[in-house]
Amino acid sequence: MKILQGTGASQGVALGRIKIIKSKNTNVTKHTIENVASEIARFNSAVEKTKETLGVLYEKTVREASEAEAEIFSIHIMMLEDGSLTDCCESIIYEQSVNAEYAVSEAAKVVCAMLVDTNDDYMMARTADVEDIKNGILTSLTGENEDVILDENTIIFAHDLTPSQTINLDKSKILAFVTEKGSKNSHTAILARSMKIPSIVGVTGCMRAEFDGLECGVDAEEAAVFIQPDEKTKSKILVRGEVQKSREEKLRTLKGKKSITKSGKEIKLYANIGGEDDLDKVIENDAEGIGLFRSEFLYLGRTELPDEETQFCAYKKVLEKMQGKETVIRTMDIGADKQAACLELEQEENPALGYRAIRICLEDNDIFKTQLRALYRASVFGNLSIMFPMITSKDEVERVMEVASCVRQELKDEGISIDENVRLGIMIETPAAALISDELAPLVDFFSIGTNDLIQYTLAADRQNDKIGNIYNPRHPAVMKLIKMTCDNAHRAGIWVGVCGELAADTDITQTLVAFGVDELSVSSGYVLAVRESIINSN
Amino acid sequence: MQEFTYTIKDKIGIHARPAGNIVKIAKEAKSDVSMECRGKTADLKKIFSLMSLSVKCGDEVKVTVSGDDEVEICEKIKRYLTENL
Repeated sequence: MKILQGTGASQGVALGRIKIIKSKNTNVTKHTIENVASEIARFNSAVEKTKETLGVLYEKTVREASEAEAEIFSIHIMMLEDGSLTDCCESIIYEQSVNAEYAVSEAAKVVCAMLVDTNDDYMMARTADVEDIKNGILTSLTGENEDVILDENTIIFAHDLTPSQTINLDKSKILAFVTEKGSKNSHTAILARSMKIPSIVGVTGCMRAEFDGLECGVDAEEAAVFIQPDEKTKSKILVRGEVQKSREEKLRTLKGKKSITKSGKEIKLYANIGGEDDLDKVIENDAEGIGLFRSEFLYLGRTELPDEETQFCAYKKVLEKMQGKETVIRTMDIGADKQAACLELEQEENPALGYRAIRICLEDNDIFKTQLRALYRASVFGNLSIMFPMITSKDEVERVMEVASCVRQELKDEGISIDENVRLGIMIETPAAALISDELAPLVDFFSIGTNDLIQYTLAADRQNDKIGNIYNPRHPAVMKLIKMTCDNAHRAGIWVGVCGELAADTDITQTLVAFGVDELSVSSGYVLAVRESIINSN
Repeated sequence: MQEFTYTIKDKIGIHARPAGNIVKIAKEAKSDVSMECRGKTADLKKIFSLMSLSVKCGDEVKVTVSGDDEVEICEKIKRYLTENL
């Protein structure tokens, strides 16, 4: 057995036989031609033919996947009509008196270089589109048929599948895709996800001719490809496949059900999101609201601070899409450990304990006010709650509340309507906040326990550091005591308390959290149904 | 000549799909249509030209339309940007 590693691009497992798909037309030869004009005419008719083929592919993709997935082929047609590639080809044929095949491959190199020059991951991934168009023209030129005959239960191995190759393959016979190149952003990865075909990309050394026809196992979760898997591996994969399938089926039946314990307590089961892209998954997995919307994405990867309008649009979009379901948006939670050029933070010895989150907001009121103004303006479009991170003292909470009330007044004075019922809560993620939660509770509308930081600060263990992974123990009694204490103090003050952070998704601990009196659990969308099952099974 | 500026709010900027739609609008135009971003200018009738600008979230772009149907096309592009990006 040989094991190859890559990057999982579409989840699932598979067991089948390898079919190696070689990229065609890679060996284009260069030769001089006599009649330049007729070569250009031959090239132009190949381009027309390629456009027709792309039109057919568009139709096929609309039928097999969706119109959104098909759009790529109409973009390919545009790329052909764009002229960048075709003009370059014509001038190569004209200037060098060479054959069209050679000119096309040279022109594709020029255009790819232009895309690589943008130094942008997304645009660089588009070189696959150029390759695809090039191959399309080459096929039209040579008149070769691209059809590949597949046996049942095939696992496709390829250097890098182009969108047209992917859509042209007979999906009913394909169990998985393994590619040597490619990224999670490549169209093959996107298509594979939309068709729910397990895929692993970036598998170095998978294109060895002797692999063709061999038995193979694929486990996208472990991003592993097993060539000639032994019996143990095979049965592991089969079991995993069965388990995944039956679990998914079972969990699907929980959609639309309430998250109620055996003793009749209803838990608010919400989802964590990092941006509006995650919303489809929230809805698909039937989360009852959003318990943690990390607003950081608005600040990361940019050199200027996001203005009020930009933020307002982002919050409005999410609130509207949630159609009145509670949406808890957390204010900026950034420190020197994150790449936020726009905040111009200085390097720090210990960013986890440094100038971050609410500490920045209370220091730099403009940043904070801009965010709060945007949030309140968006509040009329949905059911908004605002949550403040990294709280350690009463004073901080009081100052936060003061700024918030000041912003509300400002907006009212400007005649801008806001929702008066926006709830303001804090994250309990420092041991200090948990220990004085009795004093904090009367000041706010809710608590949300951020377990990732609470664990790391309580146990003085960095969760990114593998060496002390055994010390970072989410179930440490000290952590449990702090959670329990926070729940009790919240209820004494009559406010609700939730848990966001990875602990909320640990179904072995759901029962304990529910017993502590937790009112809300917020988890990544993919875990919602599993946690619902576990709530239903709790007392 | 008609022109306007717009700040991109979409998280991933002008990626292939919206680029395709913008080119679609520009191609219908009799006017010349261009977009300027970070000092570089692209012909909006050409998708590679637009894509190589690599317009990101937060970037300010300037769209210039000049020709017979400049008012109408300028309005169309503006509407597309405001509604989608």
